[in-house]
Amino acid sequence: MITGIIGKKIGMTQLFDPDGTVWPGTVIQAGPCVVVQAKSKATDGYDAVQLGLVEARPARATKPLAGHYKKAGVPPTRVRREVKVAEGGDALKTGDQVLASIFASGDRVDVIGMSRGKGFQGVMKRHNFGGGAATHGSMFHRAPGSIGASSYPSRVVKGMRAAGRMGGGRVTVRNLKVVRVDPENHLIVVHGAVPGAAGGYVVVRRAVAAKVSKAPQVEKPKGKK
Amino acid sequence: MGAIEVLEKGQLSERPQLKAGDTVRVHVRVREGDKERIQVFEGTIIGMHRGGARASFTVRKVSFGQGVERIFPLHSPSIQKIDVVRSAKVRRAKLYFLRERRGKAARMKETTRHEL
Repeated sequence: MITGIIGKKIGMTQLFDPDGTVWPGTVIQAGPCVVVQAKSKATDGYDAVQLGLVEARPARATKPLAGHYKKAGVPPTRVRREVKVAEGGDALKTGDQVLASIFASGDRVDVIGMSRGKGFQGVMKRHNFGGGAATHGSMFHRAPGSIGASSYPSRVVKGMRAAGRMGGGRVTVRNLKVVRVDPENHLIVVHGAVPGAAGGYVVVRRAVAAKVSKAPQVEKPKGKK
Repeated sequence: MGAIEVLEKGQLSERPQLKAGDTVRVHVRVREGDKERIQVFEGTIIGMHRGGARASFTVRKVSFGQGVERIFPLHSPSIQKIDVVRSAKVRRAKLYFLRERRGKAARMKETTRHEL
């Protein structure tokens, strides 16, 4: 059984429950995807599939890539991602379609995307350092402070958090609730925000560490003795 | 039509044309335990926030001398209906200046826009 799908972040909106609860969510154009390569325990040591996201505009492929797609018998796609295949269900072959209907509303999913690049940032924004007082004669505002002792060890220990490039990396947001699935229009709405800007590519996969949704405690009716 | 509009289309409910300065009666569904009843909130719209299914409006009333403001999502299913009681002639979109006005100073000139 396939555990994920490739999508494109569209933007955010909100949806109403019948009881009036508002669910803020991110709309993801998920799929349709095709299986470009099926990996199995026998040949690759693990079960997975390489998916390609089918888009309106066909992709340009280099010769080696074109060969890869030709082998699968599918037209080239711009985006390819690998997702795991869980045990059970039919085995997927190359050329098979994967649609948004693999998820249902109420499911828990992880969304993996590329976060927005923030450029070169100081330690307060990048690592949540506290900084110093702004006023009262303080001359220490946003600087990192001490980065280690002097004569021993006479160097800065590795991994010291410092200013530098922030964002633009792979980010996973776990345990998001699927608010709605619209299989007709290939749309998934997940509760809350997902990494990256609108138009960015994301992978929506079944939550690896799904939280058990708590059922509200209901007082049991007392039976007559 | 974009994907967001496709989703929001199903969210829209039938609502009257509202405008800042309108005095409205908002019939809100209130749940108490497993019972449901309708509560009416009557006041003046002091601001509209447009945006498809995300639209909302702010209603202000003075209750026992205390100003009360409530922001309603325009298309929320918990709003049964909205009655426009009267409309006033106003010259700005947001009537936040009414917060500083009391009694006579907070009066507004009525228009007959809704009867037309």
